Amino acid sequence: MADLSIDFAGIKSPNPFWVASGPPSNTAHQAHRAFEAGWGGVVWKTIGEPIVNVSSRYSALTLGGMKMAGFNNIELISDRSPETNFDEIAEVKKRWPKHTVIASLMVDTRERWHEFVKRSADCGADGIELNFGCPHGMCERGMGSAVGQNPEVAETIVGWVMEAATIPVIVKLTPNITNVVYAARAAKRAGADAISLINTINSITNVNLDTLVPEPFVAGRSSHGGYCGPAVKPIALNMVHACAADPQVGLPISGIGGIGTWRDAAEFVALGSTSLQVCTAIMHYGFRIVEDMKDGLSAYLDSKGMRSLADLRGKAVPQVGDWQQLDLHYKRVARIDYDKCIGCNLCHIACEDGAHQCIDLVDSTPYGLGPGRVPGKPVPKVREDDCVGCNLCSIVCPVDGCITMTPLETGRAVMTWHDYQSRLAAGTMQPIPPHP
Amino acid sequence: MPIQPRLDAATAMANMADTKPPFTPQEAKVEASRCLFCYDAPCIMACPTGIDIPTFIRKITTDNLTGAARTILEANVLGASCARVCPTQMLCEGACVMLDLEKDPIQIGRLQRRATDHVAAAGIDVLHAPAEKNGRTVAILGAGPAGLGCAAELARLGYAVTVYDKKPAGGGLNTYGIAYYKMRPEVSLDEVRMIERLGVTFRYGVEIGRDVHAADLLRDDHAVFIGVGLGGANRLGISGEDLPEVVDALDFIEWIHTRPLEAVPVGRRVVVLGCGNTAIDAVTQAKRLGADEATIVYRRGAAEMSAYPFEYDLAKTDGATFLFDTVPVEVVAKDGHVAGLRLAKTAVRDGRVSVVPGSEWTHACDMVLKAVGQEKQVGLLERLFPGLKVDAKGRVAHDPATMQTSLPKVFVGGDAASGGREVVNAVAEGKKAALGIHAFLGGTAAGGVLQPSRLGMPDGAVGSGFDHPIRVHELEAALKQG
Repeated sequence: MADLSIDFAGIKSPNPFWVASGPPSNTAHQAHRAFEAGWGGVVWKTIGEPIVNVSSRYSALTLGGMKMAGFNNIELISDRSPETNFDEIAEVKKRWPKHTVIASLMVDTRERWHEFVKRSADCGADGIELNFGCPHGMCERGMGSAVGQNPEVAETIVGWVMEAATIPVIVKLTPNITNVVYAARAAKRAGADAISLINTINSITNVNLDTLVPEPFVAGRSSHGGYCGPAVKPIALNMVHACAADPQVGLPISGIGGIGTWRDAAEFVALGSTSLQVCTAIMHYGFRIVEDMKDGLSAYLDSKGMRSLADLRGKAVPQVGDWQQLDLHYKRVARIDYDKCIGCNLCHIACEDGAHQCIDLVDSTPYGLGPGRVPGKPVPKVREDDCVGCNLCSIVCPVDGCITMTPLETGRAVMTWHDYQSRLAAGTMQPIPPHP
Repeated sequence: MPIQPRLDAATAMANMADTKPPFTPQEAKVEASRCLFCYDAPCIMACPTGIDIPTFIRKITTDNLTGAARTILEANVLGASCARVCPTQMLCEGACVMLDLEKDPIQIGRLQRRATDHVAAAGIDVLHAPAEKNGRTVAILGAGPAGLGCAAELARLGYAVTVYDKKPAGGGLNTYGIAYYKMRPEVSLDEVRMIERLGVTFRYGVEIGRDVHAADLLRDDHAVFIGVGLGGANRLGISGEDLPEVVDALDFIEWIHTRPLEAVPVGRRVVVLGCGNTAIDAVTQAKRLGADEATIVYRRGAAEMSAYPFEYDLAKTDGATFLFDTVPVEVVAKDGHVAGLRLAKTAVRDGRVSVVPGSEWTHACDMVLKAVGQEKQVGLLERLFPGLKVDAKGRVAHDPATMQTSLPKVFVGGDAASGGREVVNAVAEGKKAALGIHAFLGGTAAGGVLQPSRLGMPDGAVGSGFDHPIRVHELEAALKQG
């Protein structure tokens, strides 16, 4: 079995799976249960000056039958006292010395940061995560995403933290920003040991059409919340990649955002994450999900001949770059396996109305009979010469393996946009004619 | 007239195709995605082996099929056969919360097949025995589900295990006695090979008391497990019973498993005596092998039959007919072969069945299959193990917590202990006996598999269904009341 242990900025952890800062990491009771279930670490729910929460805090996006495809909250940081939180971290570390406990912090003044950083180290926490990302409530008080959205401010505060820090410091980044790399570079400049991303995204999940108040509501009013869960994974992967690929960042990354299965985890690692944080999936199913995450990730590494996570880490990063590096001569087309086609014609209408008009509906007679091929009912047929290889038909097709995007051998050498512009400038080729 | 095979190979094979065919990968994923991943789920409780069903189903949704199979097989080493032969409607699927929500439970059996088929096809062993044996030996009598359940668990605990069976191959009724359209014998033989790879030794063609003596096993081994099941079919006690076309239903099913389908003789007009699940297996297979007519004769009414309702429905769909409140009084012979059956109507008075005088008639038939229950092996067991206590119903008396018998070194499980239950009950009892043997021999009580879906629950190590399946009792009671 592949080795799942990690060294994250000097923090050793038995596996990369950490409970993210949030409702599942609020108490020692939950941390004990998490470690019993097999989690490698817990990032404590953010500790700060005690706050007061509202009643009614969460809402979700349900897609078809899938509950919690996206999830939203207006809960603030820990509503328990710093004393209680630090005492419980000490208790948890005593019972689980080899597991990771990170203190997530959010305070305001330099003095308060110094105090909380020292108390985190004193209680035995393995590291500190700075919550610069909360997009609701706390930002109105000049904390959370209000800090993370301003790289200069973030850099200053990280600097304060580093003055007092004796254990590794992770800066948690907000996605509610134009380019997350600037915030990551600020963390680096100020001397942070690592970054974690993404925090939640500003959101309104839905509006109650009877009351015209969005969910969740508090006495007839609502407020924008922080969005997370499976739906945010693509946004998170993109930002993790951006930080991993940026030469000026160069910090270990704790990946966060919609991780619920070992596959999600493997994707975050392939794009450069070292540790992985999970919250929403635990809120849905409990700590037990980690068993399949470890089992599946281990089996995947074994199946690829990888001995540890280091063999996978960042391996997908070089394959992602600027659009201008893509080969303009590469061509692939959609091919339909008529033995698998069930005759829904979604490929046709998606292409016809939604894309590039190259799937016709034609007489089924030459195709023989079958589930999707009955007399008098037309079948979809791709005009390969016109197919731009956009993938849409294969995405809408409900049958696994029915529409395959097949590369065509064009016999033409690679030509990127950059090459194209150079050749035009040198007069060695004519402009490619516009699409008719 | 002697009976003959009736169908060509292709027709017979088509008729005997799986009634629950395997899922395609896409079907399995869609079905698995319907599972709510309940916590401390009722399906686990309803499984006698306590498989963590929500966890293995979630693993199917994440493409971790090997992990799914591990979750299944760690709890139930015969997970592949149970996926096919379990009466899931009465067990896990009968307890599924989706039955309440959508009247449509998750198809747990077929999903279990998806995972176990994957590792079988890929040749992946998910169970392992320690390289170092613990120096103790256990003899297991019977290579059926109970014996296999016991053997696998003991092997995983480090014991040197030898299984004795009088048949030429292992698996017991899983290999020789399951309806062909539910499971092929190859699946069961594959399971036996998997258990062989755990280091278990199998000795076939061995009869205890003749080739190997129980006294020697008791002297040489640290413990003995009795998993011999039941004996042959009960005698009818009517004239003509010994005609060549009067056959034990289980022997008929064994023919199907040991001969090519096109070589299995079957009558044109077949009568099956009895109305339990074996009777249904016999009557449906007789029809599927070409009998023009197949009739169940049962001395009581439909409400009293012990066959599950879905089995009854299957037989009716296959064109079997049912004569309730009817008993055979004589097998009619012509030229030394079965020519018919004298039948009489019965009446039930004060719970007792009696023949209605003057109600007799002759039902023409050329084959009679006996499915009126199997004999208990009381005589054999008492002879082999002097002092072994057997209860009034012919079952080996035992401690339900450990499966230990009145002889301290001797443990029991499966039909010899229960009098006749499902395959999954036999595996569970074999496994429980293995843990009992381990404790008896001074091993620390093995906690079983940690079940993520029961994390932190009281007695969280194994499903409570291991001992107390929920709903099943309620269903059984409901069935008894009709």
